[in-house]
Parts: sequence; structure tokens; C-alpha cells
Amino acid sequence: MTAVGTRSALRSTRPRHFGRVLNWIGQHVVLSGLAVLFLAPVVFVFLTSMMTSNQTLTATIWPDPWTWDNYVRAFTQVPLVRWFANSATYAVLATAFMLASSIPAAYVLARIRFRGANILFTAIIIAMLLPPQVTAVPIYVMWSKLGMTGTLLPLILPNLLGDAFSIFLLRQFFLTIPSEYADAARIDGNGEWGVLARVIIPMAKPGIAATAIFMFFNSWNDYYGPLLYTSENEQWWPVAIGLASFRSSHGGDWGITMAITMLVMVPVVIIFFFAQRTFVEGIALTGVKG
Amino acid sequence: MLAPAVLGLALFFVYPLLASIYYSFTRYNLVSDPQWIGLRNYQYLFADDPNVWQAAGNTLWFVAVMVPVKLVFAFAIAGLLTRAKTATGLWRTLYYLPALVPPVASVVTFVFLFNPGTGPVNLILKAFGIDGPLWFNDPALAKPSLLLLGIWVTGDVMIIFLAGLLDVPRDLYEASGLDGANGVQKLWYITLPTIVPVLLFSLVTGIIAALQFFTEASVASSVASGKVSIGEGAGAGFGYPENSLLTYTQWLYIRGFSNYQLGYASALAVLLFVVAAVFLTLLLRRFSAFTPDEATR
Repeated sequence: MTAVGTRSALRSTRPRHFGRVLNWIGQHVVLSGLAVLFLAPVVFVFLTSMMTSNQTLTATIWPDPWTWDNYVRAFTQVPLVRWFANSATYAVLATAFMLASSIPAAYVLARIRFRGANILFTAIIIAMLLPPQVTAVPIYVMWSKLGMTGTLLPLILPNLLGDAFSIFLLRQFFLTIPSEYADAARIDGNGEWGVLARVIIPMAKPGIAATAIFMFFNSWNDYYGPLLYTSENEQWWPVAIGLASFRSSHGGDWGITMAITMLVMVPVVIIFFFAQRTFVEGIALTGVKG
Repeated sequence: MLAPAVLGLALFFVYPLLASIYYSFTRYNLVSDPQWIGLRNYQYLFADDPNVWQAAGNTLWFVAVMVPVKLVFAFAIAGLLTRAKTATGLWRTLYYLPALVPPVASVVTFVFLFNPGTGPVNLILKAFGIDGPLWFNDPALAKPSLLLLGIWVTGDVMIIFLAGLLDVPRDLYEASGLDGANGVQKLWYITLPTIVPVLLFSLVTGIIAALQFFTEASVASSVASGKVSIGEGAGAGFGYPENSLLTYTQWLYIRGFSNYQLGYASALAVLLFVVAAVFLTLLLRRFSAFTPDEATR
């Protein structure tokens, strides 16, 4: 990969053909042009979030004067802190519960042969691919009978019993660890839990991190679940619901809406930059490997 | 070690799947017990429901138009990215970033960008002397506007394609170049065969995702109309403008969780399951390579 890269780089600095230079320029013009288009939406959101309320009502693109007022109002006039706290509670607990239940299950599916393993694995794959709306009614009835609708618990608690996509992903990561390591640990007198804790988990840290990040993002971004369970109880609204309902409940104030939109994007982007490698490798794995 | 996961599958997958089928033959509103009414829900679904076919048609539009357009776009960008020799990481990150934006935030962003009065898109069009259209407020343009949003957030598919393209052995290109193959021939005979499995996989998962298209459409309707679609009277804002964004799963949501017609909503869910099952079986064939018997052989 690196070798190929340097060779081509040499080629483009000392072109043999004029056409190749044109080609290079053409490709980079297209790449940069599209990149500007891709970044523009976020830039416009930011610019509008820095305008005064009056300015957002006029046909302007550039703020004059610049003001942080919308961000101040977002925190003082809107229950933004509570929305974020709810989103964080949902995402952190769902991720922690998922890890506790799905890591052991993925380990068994990756490393231990048993009767019914194929059926179980097929069930996990169907559960992972099935549109959630297919099973939504009976699950809603179940939580309703337990008196838990109106809270985020119906979205958090099921993770104690494993999450199909996470089990699948973790298992794919565990399979890449040579079984000799586990065998050696067994000979040293470890039970399956010992092998999992001392060998598999330390060696699969990047895979576990990727799975955890996916789970965290999915819960943080989830709209359908919270809409179904919390829409009638504002106390439990996560930020996704709060933001979606904001314009209808607060009139057409685009300035403050854009400030909240910026604030919703920021945590996800920060996490991404800290875990970029893990994340991108995880995505590639879900679609390609195997 | 497996017990929790097995219990989870039983409680949140097997049981509700069977219960959905049972409820679909009943009238049920959560307050009184389910009452068996035979096939009446299905009769109503196929003959009398005023909105279900429009909703199904809208969902079909997203399946038939949005999925292929996104794939072609992601493939083209991934192809361009394999050519970029400088700052590769930066380019990839730039094109991937929009996919990270939480869906609700991305919809709010696009409804704002395209809002007819003060939105930057129409302001820029105006600078060129063009009267911009109503976008999310025009029944004919609401879906295409969401398509533009779909293209913006297509980064995860792009990454999958990029990984696939980078897996194509370089020497194949060089050898074919020496044999006098042109760019189109290289694409057709070398690139495509190697990455067809990846393309098909993304196509089928994309279709399954489009069948349940919900969040983007319902948030776009609610933000563009300024009508409440959450809390009391939830669902009132769904579909705006003129039901052009009313998707099948939103209709299921309205019947089930706004009107509490849980039996009828289950019939809608069963129909969704039947359609999704066609595509699921296609995927299962591919996933069978992953089953324990195959993997540990």
C-alpha cells in the first residue's frame, strides 16, 4: 500500500505525459469542489447560529454582528441540559449493558462448538436485520403492562439480554484471535470465564471499542425508540426528540434551532476524532470481511 | 454465558414475531383484551385503508430511487478517493463526516438550508437570478429534497466501497494496462467483479433500511410544517406536505401508537415482515458463510 503510494506520487511529480497532469488536476478539482459542497451545510448552520434573532428572519448569509446569544438562550430557555442528560443516560447504560451481556455470548458463538449453534446464530442474524417495526406492537404491549412506557427503560433494559448486531460484530472480531491463545490459557487451568477475561477481552480491545462506539452512536441518535416510548413524557426526552420538536413548539426561530443543532453534532464528532481508526475499521468489517 | 442472549432472543424476537401474527387477527386497543376478528384487518388493509397505498408508494420511491442513487454516488466518490494520492486521510474524513451527524440534526439542517424564505440555497439561487422552489414544502419536491440529504450522509457506504476497492489487487490493473485495456474495460473486467459482492450486500441492506424509512421523513415533515408530531396528537404532522412524505412505517406508527389500533398495526407489521423477508433470505444466503459450522471448519 505505502509502496504503491510513493511510486504513484513520484510518477505525478515527474509526469511522462501531459495528459496525466490534466487528469490529476481534474480529479482534485472534482474532489475539492464536492468537499466544499459537503462541508457547506455545517458552515451555514454555524453562521446562522451566530446571528441575532432579527437577522435570521432576513435574507442574509453572513452574521453581522456575531453573537453567542443563541447558545446562551439554548441553555437558559430550553431544557437542553436535561435532554443531553437523558441522551447520555440512554447511550451510556445501553452500551454498558450491551457489553456485559453480548461479550460472553459472542465468545461462545466464536469459540465453542455446541448443538444448535447454527440455529442460534441464524436467529441472531435475522433479529439483527429485521425492521424493528415488525415486532414493535407486542414489545410495546409488554412494557406497557409493566408500566414502563413513558420512560427510556424499554430502550435500555433489553440490552441486558444481548444486542443482536453487537453479538454478531463482536463474534467476527473474536474469530480473528488465533484459538491457540485460548487453548494455552485453558491448559493453565482457566475456565471459560477466565479465558474470556484474561485472553479474549485484552486481545479484542479494538473490536470491543468499535462495537461499543456503534452502540453508543445508535442510542444517541435513536429517534424511533424514544418517540415510541417517551413522547408523552417530556421528562425523559432525549436530545433527538427535543430538537425535532423544537421548531413546532418554539415558533420559527432558526438561530436558536441552529445553535442546538450544532451542539447535538459536537459530541459525536469529538468521539469520532478520538476513535477514528477503530470506527472506520469497524464499518469496513461490517460490510466486507468474511 | 449464552443464557441472557437466548432469553433476549426469545423475549424480544421470537415471541413478538409470533405475537404480531396473532394480534393481526384481532381487534386490540391495549385497554380491553384482544378480540378475534379473523381476516378483517387484512380485508381493510387491502380494500379500504385510505392511506396505506400512498404510504407504501412513498416507501417504494425511497427503495427504488434513493437506494440506487446513494449507491452510485458512494461508489463514484469511493472511486475518486482511491485516485487521491495526497492527504488521503483528510479526504476520507471530509466525505465521511456528514454520515456522523445525528439523523435528526441532519434533517433539521437540510430543512433550514432549503427553507424557501431565508434558506441559503434559495438565497444563492436568487443571486444567480433563479427563483428557488419550495423544496420541503412542495409535495412534488419533498422526496427529492430528502434524496439530497441521503446523498449527503452516504459516507458509511462509501467507506465500505473504498475498503472493497482497495482490496482489488493493484497488479491486475498494471497487467491489463500493459495488455492495452482502457479505463472502461478495467472498470468492467477487474473492478466490478471484485466488488460485486460488496455492492450486492450494500444494495440489500440499503433496501431493508429503506423499507423502514421513518426518522428522516417524519422529522422533515414536522420541522418544515412547524406542526407537532410528538407528544399529544403525535402523528398529526406526519406526511407533510400533502402526505408526500408519509411512509409505510409512519402509517403503522399512526395506526398503532396514535390511534391504538394495535391489531390493525400488527397486520401492517406482518405485511412489512413478508416484504422484508424476501430481502432477508437473499442476505441470509450470504451470511450462511458466517455460521459456526462454516467458520470453524
